[in-house]
Amino acid sequence: MASNEEIQEQLGKREYEAGFVTDIESDTLPPGLNEDVIRHISAIKQEPEWMLNWRLEAYRHWLTMKEPTWAAVDYTPTDYQAISYYSAPKSKDDGPESLDEVDPKLLETYEKLGIPLREQEFLAGVTNVAVDAVFDSVSVATTFKSKLTEAGVIFCPISEAIRDYPELVKQYLGSVVPQKDNFFAALNCAVFTDGSFVYIPKGVRCPMELSTYFRINALNTGQFERTLIIADEGAYVSYLEGCTAPMRDENQLHAAVVELVILDDAEIKYATVQNWYPGDENGVGGIYNFVTKRADCRGDRAKVSWTQVETGSAITWKYPSCILQGDESVGKFFSVAVTTNCQQADTGTKMIHLGKNTKSTIISKGISAGRAQQSYRGLVRMGKNAENARNYTQCDSLLLGDACGAHTFPYVEVKNATATLEHEATTSKIGDEQLFYCQQRGLSEEDAVNMIVNGFCKDVFDELPMEFAVEANRLIEISLEGSVG
Amino acid sequence: MLVIKDLHVSVGGKEILKGLNLTINAGEVHAIMGPNGAGKSTLSNVIAGHDGYEVTSGSLTYKGEDLLAMKPEERAWAGVFLAFQYPVEIPGVNNTYLLKAGVNAKRKHQGLTELDAFDFMSVVKEKAKLVELDASFLSRSVNEGFSGGEKKRNEIFQMAVLEPDLALLDETDSGLDIDALRIVAGGINKLRSPDRAIVMITHYQRLLDYIEPDFVHVLAEGKIQKTGDKSLALKLEEHGYDWVKENL
Repeated sequence: MASNEEIQEQLGKREYEAGFVTDIESDTLPPGLNEDVIRHISAIKQEPEWMLNWRLEAYRHWLTMKEPTWAAVDYTPTDYQAISYYSAPKSKDDGPESLDEVDPKLLETYEKLGIPLREQEFLAGVTNVAVDAVFDSVSVATTFKSKLTEAGVIFCPISEAIRDYPELVKQYLGSVVPQKDNFFAALNCAVFTDGSFVYIPKGVRCPMELSTYFRINALNTGQFERTLIIADEGAYVSYLEGCTAPMRDENQLHAAVVELVILDDAEIKYATVQNWYPGDENGVGGIYNFVTKRADCRGDRAKVSWTQVETGSAITWKYPSCILQGDESVGKFFSVAVTTNCQQADTGTKMIHLGKNTKSTIISKGISAGRAQQSYRGLVRMGKNAENARNYTQCDSLLLGDACGAHTFPYVEVKNATATLEHEATTSKIGDEQLFYCQQRGLSEEDAVNMIVNGFCKDVFDELPMEFAVEANRLIEISLEGSVG
Repeated sequence: MLVIKDLHVSVGGKEILKGLNLTINAGEVHAIMGPNGAGKSTLSNVIAGHDGYEVTSGSLTYKGEDLLAMKPEERAWAGVFLAFQYPVEIPGVNNTYLLKAGVNAKRKHQGLTELDAFDFMSVVKEKAKLVELDASFLSRSVNEGFSGGEKKRNEIFQMAVLEPDLALLDETDSGLDIDALRIVAGGINKLRSPDRAIVMITHYQRLLDYIEPDFVHVLAEGKIQKTGDKSLALKLEEHGYDWVKENL
């Protein structure tokens, strides 16, 4: 059995499996941010004027804002003038109509990542997974559209939705995360280039799991996805988001915004498996991931769940939240975050209970190794009208080695005396006795660590759709690879 | 099968085993008895490869190989099995899944094809009957929420599945009620074989009423003080360990 020092040293040796760069000519704006850049992005996207004005309004407000410093993360400040805000793979003026028209190198990249689009299409009837692949900033391939169209589901790049469904976009965009919400969200509003739009009409159960793969691939290009999902009354959708990024030396900024709107009796399940490049063992390179994700249970009996498996990024700043406005609405947050080497993560959730009999559950599992630091930051707020609201919170941290850290910052605000809150938190070190037990049964030390860690995460993995659970297991294994020399 | 020569072992600078000699052959059942703190668990942990023990001198030769040069999992692949005194809980890890990984790691090492889930389950169901282990235990997390007796039964069940050549049973009888003891002992008896050596560490003669040993050793003050047949255990029961000490 290895000592803590050995485990720690060995964990540092893992290499990033998706670390390759695809050589594709990019149509990239020069670095810098001003109103002209925003006008340019808006023009490239052929946006209507209201959209441009919305962006400019956000930008003007952003100029007055300061980058937040309250998170327990430490990094070199980003020079926002040194970033290019638009990069698109070169393609024909009209988007490709089929996968055959997609740049073969792009497809190759996806295949290296184990995302065979052709197979996805071929297997349509089997896996029922639709892929709206976002490569850098422009969606280049959208499949399974016809099946969704039949059901009345709209699933398209948000840039397309702005042109084709302006009324829906106007009604809901920014209604959950307003332009002025926070520094990173305001920046996203000003410069977002693409992302996904989903609308599930009244009473419709989306016929397949929806999935989008994001991937950063252009040097020094900030990524500003914008996702908007609306489940109309009685609708249901399960949305999967996954991403990996190629190896880089420069820090790359990622400031996405995801808005979920859930009306009466509707349900959205949103799952993320996130694997942005975390930087090398000294923390050089790696993605800065400042994300605003928020769900608004606007209707009675609305339900939402966030499930996330985070293994990547140098810096993670992310708090998928639920606003429980509707009476009897339900919010759930399930999270596994793995940080190794010099990764820093400050992540958690907010549960804002406004309606009566609202319920929320928070299960957060943090795994730290190397010199990584991880914080759980969670807010549970019971508003004054939240009669009989209930929350259950469980935060477990697992430490591998002596140099890493886990911190828990639970915030609770209760303005209604009938509310019930439960909070449990544990911090444990991976036990020598557990490792020895597994090894005595014939497992190598590395396999033993993987098995114990996967066991620790089980409560969360159980919430993932089957395909993603397998991927999540694999990701955790990759993350802890090299734990035995 | 196992030859231990002049074994000295320290824990945290304190010498626990002080020149222990023991030879175990295939087909034999040995019982090691002795007072608390005599070094019984230390011996089984050292054989299995726990790194919390420092071997300061002496040798452990297993099937002609230097056991001390092998990692714990390599010892397991070579057929060494330890039924733990205090089986550890591993939350979220399926009992059967752990066992399948262990069996297949061993098979891979032996150049055999790995068992698929279907074949493995049929092995597991058959072996579970040996210790009357309910099928529900198979899908539960390793030892999590098991009673003391269930944990011990689970250990013998694992032994049955892993089919070791050398099985070390560290106080497998402690914490068992009479019925559970009968079941566990019955399982162990069924696992006796001319190719397999079993070493039972125990405080009590009562286990030996069920499993008749070929040899009984008294371990005290870091050495095997006395070796005899099963009648030695009866004498111990009658006179206590002080009798051994007086006769040193």
